[in-house]
Amino acid sequence: MIYEGKQKIWSDYQKEIPDDHWYFVRSCIRQNFFPASERMFTEITRNRLGKDIYENPYHTTCGGIAYHCDTIPQETVMTIVARQFALMTEAGYENYVASCITSFGNYAEILETWREFPELEARIRENLWKACKKEFNKPKNLAHTSDLIYHWREKIAELGKFRLVDKETGEPLRIVEHIGCHYAKMFPHKAVGGAEYPYVLAGMVESWGGQVVDYPERRHCCGYGFRQYHVKANRGYSVSNTHKKFESMEPFHPDAIITNCPGCPYFLDRWQYVIAEQTGKTYGRNGFGIPVFTYEEIAGLILGYDPWDLGLQLHQVAVEPFLDKIGIEYDPKAKYLGLNKEDIMRPELPTSLKCF
Amino acid sequence: MADFGFRLSKSSTLDLDRIDTKVYDRLCDTDPDARTCMACGSCSATCTAAPFSGMSMRKVILGLQRGQDVRPMLSNCMLCGKCTMVCPRGINTRHLILSICRIYDR
Repeated sequence: MIYEGKQKIWSDYQKEIPDDHWYFVRSCIRQNFFPASERMFTEITRNRLGKDIYENPYHTTCGGIAYHCDTIPQETVMTIVARQFALMTEAGYENYVASCITSFGNYAEILETWREFPELEARIRENLWKACKKEFNKPKNLAHTSDLIYHWREKIAELGKFRLVDKETGEPLRIVEHIGCHYAKMFPHKAVGGAEYPYVLAGMVESWGGQVVDYPERRHCCGYGFRQYHVKANRGYSVSNTHKKFESMEPFHPDAIITNCPGCPYFLDRWQYVIAEQTGKTYGRNGFGIPVFTYEEIAGLILGYDPWDLGLQLHQVAVEPFLDKIGIEYDPKAKYLGLNKEDIMRPELPTSLKCF
Repeated sequence: MADFGFRLSKSSTLDLDRIDTKVYDRLCDTDPDARTCMACGSCSATCTAAPFSGMSMRKVILGLQRGQDVRPMLSNCMLCGKCTMVCPRGINTRHLILSICRIYDR
């Protein structure tokens, strides 16, 4: 990677990210896949950074998941989104932050479509009024939650107890950053750093002491791609995409992968188990896989939260080698203890992929 | 090996520096209209052998461009010539098939 060239590209794609007062909407699936990530976002931003992040319990899905699975028309999705904007307007906010990459892409696409076709926006306003007697203002600023963590990355580094550095050698850890396709590939100007080399996660890794790994298939899809996974017959295509990425990054020996999409961390994590069961191959050192994290989980680790409070025991790939490298302490016996120290049971171990 | 009901597919990546396009190049020398194919697939859509044998003239040309061995597919052709009749570019596809067979025989 020619670093100076990338810095030029990054400087061309910068977006305005206000420092405070955000209306927060959640993802449909993240809380099932990585249960502590969204909780950690609100914990860090509200309690550690003292920001105003408002959430309305009546908000719903943005409809993006059904839209990208081709099961509902775009006008329906637009009306759902219009209701979300109405809730934001009622709460008195102008900055809208979504936790899901597909939601972010969906909102960006809808706002862009309304800008281009105002008559469509008028029709959606009418639909919304007929459906639930609500009116809305469009958000002044639209961001993804990773944009906000990127915006506050230096403050997190200042507050942090740990850095992404090997405690034995003092060398920065080698981190692969993987950006969800819907973040920048549809509207590069809505992203930090554009579509070719988005800077949003690379910036976090650099600020927190790590080293970003560049590899040939860096911008390749993780393989989730909605219809590829939701139809069982297509899952071979999904896992083949992931396989291609791992084969490409393997020679660079990454220590971990950081992602900002609901689907990517899940599939990059779980498909390592499937690939290992089908081919016997693992991509980490000593039979382990490469651990995959969300940016909130990494931020939580940096700030010194207990790994098991971050939900890392629900990852398929063992995270302990990564924690040991940084020097983060954890209690192995507490790994499968849930709320009130209740036993949540141990999963069955895979045959090829080494886990604890 | 665990059976998940799906499995890894072989990568379809082509290394353009390594593929052997000798057969395609020779075909273009003898039948230059092979270059005018726009891969519309009309020939494949009308092929009598396609439904039961997997024969596809479009795939044959694509395979040659990618340096793949297309002989197994060609062996299914009955030389009926329907593909020639529907080609919007007027390519004599029946003659192309005979030429490809001749190149392989040499």
